[in-house]
Amino acid sequence: MSGDPDMGNAGGAGGIGNTGGAGRPTAAGADGPAAADQPLLEVRDVVQEFTIRDLGGSKAGTVHAVSGVSFSLAAGETLGLVGETGSGKSTLARALLQAPPPRSGSVRLRGVELVGLRRRRLTEARRQMQMVFQDPFSSLDPTWRVGDLVAEPLVAFKVGTAAQRRGRVEELLDRVGLDPARYIDRRPRELSGGQAQRVAIARALALDPALIIYDEAVSSLDVLIRAQVLNLLERLRTELDLAYLFIAHDLALVKQVSDRVAVMYLGKLVELGPAEAMYRRPLHPYTVALLASIPSPDPTIPPEPVGTAIQGEPPSPIDPPSGCRFRTRCPHAQDICAAEEPLLRELADGHLAACHFPVTTDESAPAAATEPAAS
Amino acid sequence: MSANGFSAARADDMAGEARPGGGPAAPLLAIDDLRVDFHQGRRVVRAVDGLGYEVRRATTVALIGESGSGKTVSSRAIMGLLPSTAHVRGSIRFEGQELVGLPDQKLRRLRGGEIAMVFQDPSRSLNPTMRIGAQIVETIQMHGDMARPAALDRAVELMELVRLPAARERLRQYPHQLSGGMRQRVMIAIALAAGPKLLIADEATTALDVTTQAQIMELLHDLQRRLGMALIMISHDLGLAASFADEVLVMYAGRAVEHAPTRKLFAEVRMPYTRALLDAIPRLENPPHATLAAVPGQPPDLAAEHVGCPFAPRCPDAGDRCRTEAPPFAEQEPGHLWACWHPCGVEATAP
Repeated sequence: MSGDPDMGNAGGAGGIGNTGGAGRPTAAGADGPAAADQPLLEVRDVVQEFTIRDLGGSKAGTVHAVSGVSFSLAAGETLGLVGETGSGKSTLARALLQAPPPRSGSVRLRGVELVGLRRRRLTEARRQMQMVFQDPFSSLDPTWRVGDLVAEPLVAFKVGTAAQRRGRVEELLDRVGLDPARYIDRRPRELSGGQAQRVAIARALALDPALIIYDEAVSSLDVLIRAQVLNLLERLRTELDLAYLFIAHDLALVKQVSDRVAVMYLGKLVELGPAEAMYRRPLHPYTVALLASIPSPDPTIPPEPVGTAIQGEPPSPIDPPSGCRFRTRCPHAQDICAAEEPLLRELADGHLAACHFPVTTDESAPAAATEPAAS
Repeated sequence: MSANGFSAARADDMAGEARPGGGPAAPLLAIDDLRVDFHQGRRVVRAVDGLGYEVRRATTVALIGESGSGKTVSSRAIMGLLPSTAHVRGSIRFEGQELVGLPDQKLRRLRGGEIAMVFQDPSRSLNPTMRIGAQIVETIQMHGDMARPAALDRAVELMELVRLPAARERLRQYPHQLSGGMRQRVMIAIALAAGPKLLIADEATTALDVTTQAQIMELLHDLQRRLGMALIMISHDLGLAASFADEVLVMYAGRAVEHAPTRKLFAEVRMPYTRALLDAIPRLENPPHATLAAVPGQPPDLAAEHVGCPFAPRCPDAGDRCRTEAPPFAEQEPGHLWACWHPCGVEATAP
């Protein structure tokens, strides 16, 4: 699974689909047998921008939140998406769900173009793609009971009778590790953070989706509870053959759950590759910096000496740097990095990076910054 | 200082800190049998339940624990920053002076002066309507007799100390004009204004991005050494503790459950709770989709009466004694304290 060849070919000739076509939707919501080589989700050149206005209402600038992101996701696969605040990872996730739809680009779910889809058919298509957010207490209505919260998607899509729905809710709660008898009548405030997130997961599972997007879904949980929920996600994935888009700022966490990892910086994908290769042989200097920022729970590894942490903070997405957007913080930046935007290209098997001077890393020293190989 | 023979027998462990025998220097901070209760109607929440530890001058102690472990409440007790519903008992001595029961006026002089604190969310700690310079100057003048021009110079000095670029121009900026990392640098500058001997950093980097977190931790570590301050670093992240602390104290359910010099703690984990915390951390070395060793259950209800070890209901090694009798938190090996009847890696024959 980790060796899928056709992912994120922004620069090269993509082997799949026709990106240039008119994007005419075919049979919306059809979950009939797709071609074997068709990815579950195919994202092409997605751009999301927001206009900011000053007090008078005239245009003051544009937030370039997502600037041409392409990747695809196979059925049953987990793609991790890592990035810092302002990298555009959450905006991208929302653009995939068409909430709001992207400014341009294509999002195909099982071959069905979602961008520009009419509301009814979009709603139907969304059944297959669910999302779980960071804070369950703000995504779950505090006045509702757990049973009603989990049943709500079933009611909205008119699935089954009331009795059937009740049975389904009990089954779902059981699946996420909550005893239905104890929890079905509770309200969110009577739950711990971990339990509330389990309810949010049960709700996402209600309509039998093929893909679940987790946006920092375990990031605010305590470490032991987080491990429980991560293990639950793994179990659900194998039991229900789910695909995940797992978004988080913590690369170690993302790597733990993902087949492949995509790294975003200031609205761009800078690296995409198999999780293991990403850690052992990172290609983009930003990925190297992210890896170096993770404190190791091993005190025999001395902390990075003073001054080696990557300096500065990401520039504003309102006025991103020309060329490579990482160049203002990159230790290897040269003139070309300001003049020419590096394209995302395949540098190793299924491993892509957008960098003029990709890092070559010794296999045994995964997080060490090394000299760039001029290519 | 009953259960706290900690400073006595631990000289051999600290790198470059070998203290020749004889009377150990008095600790900067000594906490003994600290208890903090919150009364909520008829419920009594025991947030801190007999905590004891010491902080020596110019060292970093990491308080590690999950939400509700008492790490934040206990450090707010040091600062006298608890709400009036909190009942504080026990002893907190700073340079020999008892802080528990100290009149607020005297405590206020210590707070922000000798002892300073940096919090998780800098945007809530800074006044959004005041310029950065004014906020730093205010703190400088509160703790020292200094005219405004001199205080402004000192403010620039502090901003340079926390490596805020273009310090003098930034004096006129407002908090919203700074990034999260820069705001946290301003908070650290304010905390350092009166030259504290002890700085408490309460999840000071948790809300920041990873690369910014690395910068701020590096800064705190560097300042701690250069200024010879003691640092109490409150975190849920054992990785941060491993990288930056001299000693680690692990808390669970309002109690200390393990305390040792950092290297010793990580090399010889004794308390199964500490083991569980370590095993639950996703690691880059793990293969994709590896299952994490996750202990079941949740932390105990601090308002409920419990007997025995508070971790027993979740502990893989718990026996009958664990459920009936709380293990004492005591120095069981030189420099290594823990509270457990069945410590990891210790033969059952041990007393």
